[in-house]
Amino acid sequence: MDLKTLTYLIVGASFALYFGIALYTTARSTGDFYVAGKGVHPVVNGMATAADWMSAASFISMAGLIAFLGYGGSVYLMGWTGGYVLLAMLLAPYLRKYGKFTVPEFIGDRYYSKAARLVAVVCLIFISFTYVAGQMRGVGIVFSRFMEVSVETGLIVGMGIVFVYAVLGGMKGITYTQVAQYVVLISAYTVPAVFIAFNLTGNPVPQVAMGSELTSGGYMLDRLNTLVTDLGFAAYTDGNKTTIDIFCITLVLMAGTAGLPHVIVRFFTVPKVRDARSSTGWALVFIALLYTVAPAVGAMARYNLTTTIQNGDVGVATANLEYEQRPEWFKRWEKTGLLAFQDKNGDGRIQYYNDKNPQFVEKASAWGWKGNELTVNNDIMVLANPEIANLPNWVIALVAAGGIAAALSTAAGLLLVISSSISHDLMKGALTPNITEKQELTAGRLAAAVAILIAGYLGWNPPAFVAQVVAFAFGLAAASLFPAILMGIFSRTITREGAIAGMLTGLIFTMGYILYFKGIFIAPLAADVPANWMLGISPEGIGSVGMLLNFLVAFAVSKMTAAPPRDVQELIETIRLPAGAGSAHSH
Amino acid sequence: MTVNSADSARATQRNSYWRASLRLIMLCLVIWFVVSYGFGILLVDQMNAINLGGFKLGFWFAQQGSIYVFVVLIFFYAMRMNVIDRQHGVHED
Repeated sequence: MDLKTLTYLIVGASFALYFGIALYTTARSTGDFYVAGKGVHPVVNGMATAADWMSAASFISMAGLIAFLGYGGSVYLMGWTGGYVLLAMLLAPYLRKYGKFTVPEFIGDRYYSKAARLVAVVCLIFISFTYVAGQMRGVGIVFSRFMEVSVETGLIVGMGIVFVYAVLGGMKGITYTQVAQYVVLISAYTVPAVFIAFNLTGNPVPQVAMGSELTSGGYMLDRLNTLVTDLGFAAYTDGNKTTIDIFCITLVLMAGTAGLPHVIVRFFTVPKVRDARSSTGWALVFIALLYTVAPAVGAMARYNLTTTIQNGDVGVATANLEYEQRPEWFKRWEKTGLLAFQDKNGDGRIQYYNDKNPQFVEKASAWGWKGNELTVNNDIMVLANPEIANLPNWVIALVAAGGIAAALSTAAGLLLVISSSISHDLMKGALTPNITEKQELTAGRLAAAVAILIAGYLGWNPPAFVAQVVAFAFGLAAASLFPAILMGIFSRTITREGAIAGMLTGLIFTMGYILYFKGIFIAPLAADVPANWMLGISPEGIGSVGMLLNFLVAFAVSKMTAAPPRDVQELIETIRLPAGAGSAHSH
Repeated sequence: MTVNSADSARATQRNSYWRASLRLIMLCLVIWFVVSYGFGILLVDQMNAINLGGFKLGFWFAQQGSIYVFVVLIFFYAMRMNVIDRQHGVHED
């Protein structure tokens, strides 16, 4: 069977499965819709959280980023997993005990202020939409490559699917669909990695293979270091980011992960506080399955790509791949524009090296090299991997289904928090408090539908690259929501004025800094280079400074304003104790 | 009078529960910080002088080791918290 038919078949079957589950688990009450009736088993919830959490960026972009950043890619690995430690110990159990439906609702109650709740809604909607735009783009990319349709057509199909199960099933439908999506995405990710690891090192476990000896001799990481430094790049295990930047980016990703509303809300769905704690652990187990394979995929992909192009000693003319001899996968990816060759010195061979390194450029020009001739988009590394390793077509089709599952599950989770925030926090909480539960449920479904349209539009005209947009969402979550929730639980003295001032400071500072250098929606005001950065911190890492400012401002303002009222102090006391969480909140 | 003393007993119990929780959280967060920010970032060069198979140790902590520690840490925390909940009589039924 040819690749296209096989891909349609496997992706189609996975869609049928998601639909089936959505129909079977239709939401009947707002409780079902927002938090799946609070009856989800912690292991199941962990698996759903993993799928919810692992986005198109994790699946498609991360290993590619690591492949080109080497050690610098560790920020994603530690940052996106370390956040679960914060979540498990600092947020999840207490928010579960509080026991209502949304993050802004908690902030509104704890800070006894509709304004605080509204600021939280604004942060949440902003974070979720920036994030969801990247997911929809990811869906489009995967569809266009594997189903041979345009990115726009892919997008519309993706929107249709999410619409059915997010709008009908609500949280209940999403939870079980996400479990199915996890299974699809993790097999799609690990199967090719196992094959490639075995081919390169004879060891099928990617995590171990990464540190094993190659069948051709020498440890893989040592060989990789030699290979890339010979071409003028930084050593793979050293990377090229400064320590302060690595520190700050890791911190942003950790706090951002813990502050992401669509992840937090998943811990509202388990029956007990105890379950919220262990469920975070299960979520990390399922996430770690992918996140410990990713660095291996990154290293192996970089190794395979480099040795394909540079198949002998650097500087020997015949050691560079002849363009006419390029493999099939190379030709296929050229069509997407994500892989491109430009013969700058006209020798018909591909020179791939670091032409930003002045010492190496000098050497290279002596060989008649006139600049790097290959541009590789990070996003193709995972998707092209099975083709590079000559794996059977069903593996390639499976990877397509996995990429789509990763993007759809995250998009659905995000759309749900957007819609619940609109129906529950904006409408029921502020604008139209008298609506019935049935009307609220309808409003939630309508909001989800509108949110999908907006998300589709943003995916059609993406504000920036997939991974960059996601980094943006993290900075904002780390600088606004995370500190507000954390202080809400662990401090009795933070006042509403303090919390609002803190959130606004963190939000405005972080957004301002990112816009200044990245210029999303507007033209950048300064070049995004280390020389211009404050204290050497890149826009990706600046959320950690925003977070710090949020804490400082919140404490300072709280000192100057009247202490929180007695019933709020009582609320704080209550959420700190697990007993009594079983009682369902009616509303 | 009896109500007040019952109240203050409950408050003491709450306080000691909260202090025990905070101690456990601090312990876990110190380990969390040491394996990631410590071994993986701040001390990465020193750690890299040690080899673990084909891995430099600092690099291994940054790309894999810290993740394994995180997983173990959360389950350790969850288990210890269950014990603390019971000891202070605030566990769920």
